[in-house]
Amino acid sequence: MFVPCGSSAPPDFEGFTLLLPAVSVGNVGQLAVDLVIFTLDMPKVGYFYTDCLVPMVGNNPYATAEENSTELSINAEVYSLPSKKLVVLQIRSPFVNNKYRSFCQTLLSWVKSSRCAKVILLSSSHAYQCDDQQLHGTPLRYLFSPAIQKTAGELMQRLNWKEMEKVAAYPGVNDTEMVLRIPGGGITTLLFSERLISDGALSWSLISSCIHPKNVYLLTQ
Amino acid sequence: MATFFGEVVAAPSRAGVDDEEELAGEREETPEDREIRRELEKKREVHILWFSKLSASTGSFTDEQFPCSKFILAIGHNSVAFLSSFVLNSGCWEAAGSVKLWNEWCRTSNTTSVLPTDAFCLFYKLISDPTVLLCQCNCYVAEDQQFQWLEKVFGCMREEDLQVTILSTCPVTDYKTPESTLTLPSPFLKALKTKDFKETTCCPLLEQPNIVQGLPAAVLSYCQVWQIPAVLYQCYTDVISLDTVTIEAFKPVLSSKNLKSLVKDMSKSAEILKKLVTTNEIHNNIYT
Repeated sequence: MFVPCGSSAPPDFEGFTLLLPAVSVGNVGQLAVDLVIFTLDMPKVGYFYTDCLVPMVGNNPYATAEENSTELSINAEVYSLPSKKLVVLQIRSPFVNNKYRSFCQTLLSWVKSSRCAKVILLSSSHAYQCDDQQLHGTPLRYLFSPAIQKTAGELMQRLNWKEMEKVAAYPGVNDTEMVLRIPGGGITTLLFSERLISDGALSWSLISSCIHPKNVYLLTQ
Repeated sequence: MATFFGEVVAAPSRAGVDDEEELAGEREETPEDREIRRELEKKREVHILWFSKLSASTGSFTDEQFPCSKFILAIGHNSVAFLSSFVLNSGCWEAAGSVKLWNEWCRTSNTTSVLPTDAFCLFYKLISDPTVLLCQCNCYVAEDQQFQWLEKVFGCMREEDLQVTILSTCPVTDYKTPESTLTLPSPFLKALKTKDFKETTCCPLLEQPNIVQGLPAAVLSYCQVWQIPAVLYQCYTDVISLDTVTIEAFKPVLSSKNLKSLVKDMSKSAEILKKLVTTNEIHNNIYT
């Protein structure tokens, strides 16, 4: 559940874009989100308090001075920049055993209740699982929900990014049934499955990269 | 992934959901799966047993929640031994409750007469002021049980004016520093505090990129989210067993506001400490 910082009224995220990482191979999404929060100097507005993530605490990872270095940070926190209508959920620890499904449900419930207009999920996948075609060209892939397909398609063409390819459900046996597989992508596939994204009005985009450490830089350009 | 020796090994993933689990997730859960999961969850439930519920006429505990002004929690055998030797030795405390839990690493004992080698989680209240609660947690609380433990313990407290102090230990090999580890003055104390904790800590704060995990992190996170003043004192030590040097490294904490008034008689501390460590050595001897 979302718990706002302090005793002020809960912030209003209606119409905002929500950016969040999938806990995935190389922690690429999480590192990219760290860069976004630090570069835009986004203030913390609340916590995503859940029993689905392994607890962890530490001092402020975005400290710039002695004064702000002693603020405690926990495993899932929410940052917001109203001037850019941007809200960011940072996840800092892996899932408790068998709790990833429950986390997806809780997350989707919060996304709907907060009335965000768009969600961007940053993920990554094992590079050694790439096929021959995927080894050439950009390692970045995108995937959109139906609501955003038309509007964002042109932007993706300009950026020369490729849509995430589907793979055969039973390779070598039957090539007709194609499924979305993102090995090492954590809860990415689960969030994008048709069972969970049933609200056509909510736009979801996935940005994924095959993991080499240099791709963290590519993702944030 | 192939290693230099040509063997093919599965690469470790920080994704949190491994590929087999991902494939399993795509299948619908059957009624048998649900039953097995429910049984496992039931076995891993955390139960709190309070030994007495004082009547409302004494102005003490209510049936639902009791007032708590100070909650002192020791996690791990060195922290537990510290509180036993320096705080509980005054004879002003009585057993108030216990936690019953089971996981693959331990099953807590029900008795209050425990040895340092036993797995236990016991609560004590100060006789002169029952709003002061102390918890000795000498068992492993698994990741999936930590939230339950929190909700059940803090759920019993009326959290007005509550201050929390947590003591725990950690291997010094987990401490990240640009300095040479040969020069680290192990054991040493580091602190983390919530936003609402306004007092000065008894030792330096834990620097980035160090983090704390486990039950201490769960308690501190709870306090941060729900705006409860809390401080964690973590002792980094190079000894994994019960050790007097590690225990005594917590001594600066005795000068903190929460603990200062609770320390009565330090003269017996050395004797109690020696007895605890000796008892632990006897029971850990593989030849007995």
